[in-house]
Amino acid sequence: MSANGKLKTVARWPTIRFTVNGESRSVRVPPMKRLLDVLREDLHLTGTKEGCGEGECGSCSVRMNGELVNSCLVPVLQAEGAEIQTVEGLALDGELHPLQEAFLHNGGAQCGICTPGMLMAAAQLLAHSPHPSDAEIREGLAGNLCRCTGFVRIFESVAAAADASDAEPAKEPAKESELEQTYHAR
Amino acid sequence: MSTHATTRIVGAPVPRKEGVDKLVGRACYVDDMEREGMWYGATVRSTIPRGLIRSIAFDRRIDWSEFTVVTTADIPGENIVQLIVADQPCLADGKVNHCEEPILLLAHPDKHKLREALGAVKIEYDPLPPVFTIEESERQDLIVWGADNLLKSFLLEKGDVDSAWARAAHIVEGEYRTGAQEHLYIENQGIIAEYSAEDGVTVWGSLQCPYYVFKALRGVFDLPEDKVRVVQTETGGAFGGKEDYPSVLACHAALLARKSGHPVKMVYDRMEDLVATTKRHPARVRHRTALDKDGKLLAMEIHLDTDGGAYATLSSTVLSRATLHSTGPYLCPNVRVRARSWATNHVPYGAFRGFGAPQAVFAMERHMDEIAAALSLDPVELRRRNFLHQGDTNATEQLMREPMILDQLLDRALKESDYYAKRTQFARENAENPIKRGMGLAAFYHGSGFTGSGEVYLNSLAGVDVTPEGEVRVLVSNTEFGQGTNTILTQIAAEALGIEYSDVTMAAPDTDMVPNSGPTVASRTSMVVGRLIERACLQLIALLREHAGLGATHTREEFLAACEGYRAAHGDLSSLCRYEAPPGIYWDDQKYHGEAYGAYAWAVYVAQVAVDAVTYSAEVEDFWAVQEVGRVLHPVLAAGQIEGGIAQGIGYALYEKVVLEDGRMANNQMTNYIMPTAEDVPPIHVYFEQIPFRYGGFGAKGLGELPHDGPAPAILNAIRDATGVAFNSIPLLPEDLYAGLAANQPVEEPALP
Repeated sequence: MSANGKLKTVARWPTIRFTVNGESRSVRVPPMKRLLDVLREDLHLTGTKEGCGEGECGSCSVRMNGELVNSCLVPVLQAEGAEIQTVEGLALDGELHPLQEAFLHNGGAQCGICTPGMLMAAAQLLAHSPHPSDAEIREGLAGNLCRCTGFVRIFESVAAAADASDAEPAKEPAKESELEQTYHAR
Repeated sequence: MSTHATTRIVGAPVPRKEGVDKLVGRACYVDDMEREGMWYGATVRSTIPRGLIRSIAFDRRIDWSEFTVVTTADIPGENIVQLIVADQPCLADGKVNHCEEPILLLAHPDKHKLREALGAVKIEYDPLPPVFTIEESERQDLIVWGADNLLKSFLLEKGDVDSAWARAAHIVEGEYRTGAQEHLYIENQGIIAEYSAEDGVTVWGSLQCPYYVFKALRGVFDLPEDKVRVVQTETGGAFGGKEDYPSVLACHAALLARKSGHPVKMVYDRMEDLVATTKRHPARVRHRTALDKDGKLLAMEIHLDTDGGAYATLSSTVLSRATLHSTGPYLCPNVRVRARSWATNHVPYGAFRGFGAPQAVFAMERHMDEIAAALSLDPVELRRRNFLHQGDTNATEQLMREPMILDQLLDRALKESDYYAKRTQFARENAENPIKRGMGLAAFYHGSGFTGSGEVYLNSLAGVDVTPEGEVRVLVSNTEFGQGTNTILTQIAAEALGIEYSDVTMAAPDTDMVPNSGPTVASRTSMVVGRLIERACLQLIALLREHAGLGATHTREEFLAACEGYRAAHGDLSSLCRYEAPPGIYWDDQKYHGEAYGAYAWAVYVAQVAVDAVTYSAEVEDFWAVQEVGRVLHPVLAAGQIEGGIAQGIGYALYEKVVLEDGRMANNQMTNYIMPTAEDVPPIHVYFEQIPFRYGGFGAKGLGELPHDGPAPAILNAIRDATGVAFNSIPLLPEDLYAGLAANQPVEEPALP
């Protein structure tokens, strides 16, 4: 591979700017490059996983502008100006997110490969429905495949995290918005 | 039964050892790894199921000087993937025996250029006629493997089957079929390989059995032990799918690394993984059963045949386990099992959780319900009359020495599921409801550890050491891929040494660092390897008592101080133990007679199923799983294994169909190979009865595979209860239900007792 050839191509690529886990990032990559690959290869955020590459398994789930998306189906140009959250943005100040804590103690993760996507789907669910019913949990996670657990302990983990958030009301959302403000001010 | 109530750490729900790394996205899977100057690899595969390679041409629109191309000529050792039988080439040599067989390998620094290059290699073939079914293969009109297409056969005999038929009050026959099943681990197969003249081959990868890959690499590269190194990376699910196949991929990546002079990463995408790698063996099982007038078994004749695919791989050992699980947990004086695995021109079938047992158990337990119907007996009562008990001998005439509580498991399953009340209720409601509900059960077992003399041949070595920093490490080649190896083995070590769970870590699963404690398969880790670790720890304590002044009882601090004292005086501190068979074990490999397994886990599962008579969909509404697995080392992990296995078993029964067209998987996408989702899995109620097994790690037996054996027959028995129609093949999709219900007049229901 010639280094020159690569540089010429880079010059044609637009700069795409977005926020990942509260931090401003910019990349110069082919605009149709998958957000998944930009996160993993260009930003070295390898917590987000690829399972199928066609939007079926949900392993690459991230939150983008408050929506849950399969990052394997998002061309990075669509992320221009977006706020993105990945699994690396869940734990704050070295403290596990209540969902991570609940997955750890309830057996919600086994092999761990679906776990980052599952956590993002669960975070999305709890953001919109802090006290989900069993049916809501199932529906909220239906786009994320887990082959190890049979989902039972994942449901229990999400329910436990919802209960834990009750005990410490609004702690996590407050921290998140605080962080966003800090980074936006830059 | 006593359950070692005195343990502190074994039996406690400690957090999964590598749990936090997995939850924060820090766990490093093979595709998360990069090496300096790394290239990417890809595989040119056959497009036909069988034929001779006439020519290979490279399209000139590609600048091939940028690529590394590996052919059979680049293999320094033998062109064989070493496993059991030396029949599978690493790269096809002049001839292909299945679709997607690897022929050539390509590497390039830019992975996007590989796709175009793959399409620019043109291979012409002289096709040969293929064999695609057990029936075609056993007719032997066309020989595609060896002299007779027969990959392996076993004959198991007890008593005198032939003379039993004349005495029988009832003879019941049935044929049962099971389909292929894809593992669908969410992390695809992947390997990174490096090569240098000084160090030889190093591979990192998603795999279950580092020493299997080690053996395969040594053969292909003709290298001594010290020039091959295999390191397992975090592995995103395996289920048997990463037992044998990683040896193939590791050889490929390493050949590309050797020729290119670069580290090479090969990670399959989902479509390649589905189309090219192993699946569960399809099976056909025929039962002919004689019973006396009281419904007691007199004789069982079982013909069990599997499709093994194009090469022998693990078909012999899968067939062995199928044979030994084909007769159910029942006492029968006269038994004959004739089992055969046939070669076809399919991608070789391989290891998958249960390893032949799910096929055999499906047939046996479905057949028991047909026997019950034929005899107008309650299926529960038929099983109860024939259960094995302590002191009986099973089909291999193994004396059941350990306590057995099948009746107790059955009673609990009936009570927890409210089985009889529900059957009565559903029988009443079904008449007027388009949703037909039914209850079904299965009673079964799973043998822990390698079959027969297998554990003796494995000769596993495992242990613990103490680092200069005072860290206690577990030394095993057994790997973590979700099932909890790291957690339970560190629990066992911490418990046995009298220290804390957090004091113990796992040494890296790296063949340069850990001894060969055998493969991570066959429900052997808790029982066999766990016991080795327990023994090694007791041996370490004895050493410290003798040479470092450790007292007869000790605190954590005294133990750590003794380790430090020993190291100062004597240097390295470690303790290794080799496998020793429990006393009185006898096994005849020729006659398939004797102690088939060191121990068995036993279970009774109940499924509640609803069949929609309008849409023909079947849904598992509720599920109860009662089992005896010896000591439960970790309640959360153990239940998680059971639940996950049941979900896979539900998929095996109702959702997962490998569609083969001209010998090639046609639905090789997650879009059209359907596994159960969060919306499909019922509530699963898990119950453990614990009878510690004296030769298992802190009393443990195996439990990882057990839960895949029982769901399919329980579910299809429930569908029979709901509809009155016997369905004897899985997967059972809505179109199959439609065909069966349209064709069959419901049969007479047996009267409830």
